[in-house]
Amino acid sequence: MKSVAVSPEIQQEVYAKTTFGFWVYIMTDCILFATLFATFAVLHGNTFGGPGGKELFSLPFVLAETLILLTSSFTCGLALLAMHRAAKQQVMFWLLVTFVLGALFLALELHEFTNLVHEGNSWRRSAFLSSFFTLVGTHGLHITAGLLWIAVLGVRLVRRGFSAATVRGLTLFSLFWHFLDVVWIFIFTIVYLLGAVSI
Amino acid sequence: MSERAPHQQPALQVREAARGSLTTYVTGFSLSLVLTLIAYMAVSRQLLSKDILVGTIIILAVAQLVVQMVFFLHLGSESKPRWNITAFLFMLMVLSILVFGSLWIMHNLNYHMHGAPGMQTDQYIMQDEGVHL
Repeated sequence: MKSVAVSPEIQQEVYAKTTFGFWVYIMTDCILFATLFATFAVLHGNTFGGPGGKELFSLPFVLAETLILLTSSFTCGLALLAMHRAAKQQVMFWLLVTFVLGALFLALELHEFTNLVHEGNSWRRSAFLSSFFTLVGTHGLHITAGLLWIAVLGVRLVRRGFSAATVRGLTLFSLFWHFLDVVWIFIFTIVYLLGAVSI
Repeated sequence: MSERAPHQQPALQVREAARGSLTTYVTGFSLSLVLTLIAYMAVSRQLLSKDILVGTIIILAVAQLVVQMVFFLHLGSESKPRWNITAFLFMLMVLSILVFGSLWIMHNLNYHMHGAPGMQTDQYIMQDEGVHL
């Protein structure tokens, strides 16, 4: 294995800069979600004579989704802690749990989407549903990207162990995954809970 | 290729404060769970009047944002200069302008058009376009 003669201080500096760069990306992604939330907030009453959130959404179903995603955020943190202990088997285990929970969340979301479309309540039905599908769908796309990322990290971990790139990847992935859970808190609150309260 | 020992991996030597511990993750997870369930119960049982309920669940969501930022994303535990939190606060400012600005402008637009909220604007558009449901 090729060893690079760089002092730990410089490595630490580069590592901190990479993390910060990724943090800035996450902040811009927050702005993307802010525009989608603003669109939804403006259009949530424009149901065009069709059903609103109260008629369409099942709260127990969405609570299940929320708890699954929250748990996967937690297990992702456990994977990161195991990485700091350099316990490869445990990292693999917690990454697998995170992946399964994330996939389950995505399956539930797709199930909800297909049900809505089959009942004739697709994004073409009203401005409210257009903004709903755009907001929740964009989050779902991020989750899909996250699942692909876990798969790639898992393969790299098996083949190369804790290389600098894998460690960096795991750290950035955990930021991304926690961020997606934070966005979901607001989708859960603003789209589903407030939807059940108002209109 | 053999696994290297932890002390030979510079990339693993992150400052203790910036990476959290089992305690911080368990605390963050438990608090998030409690806040989510309280918000859910408040809405499903409809215990409060509508305005108070809306305020309560928004406060609960913001509380959970703070919990996850501190315990999962370790915001605020970095050393100076604190660029992460600076970027975060700037993002919050842009986010507020976007969301509250949009709501404010669109509310005024609805008001000036027909003195009506969004749903009545729908009625108007439907009449105008000859849509019958």
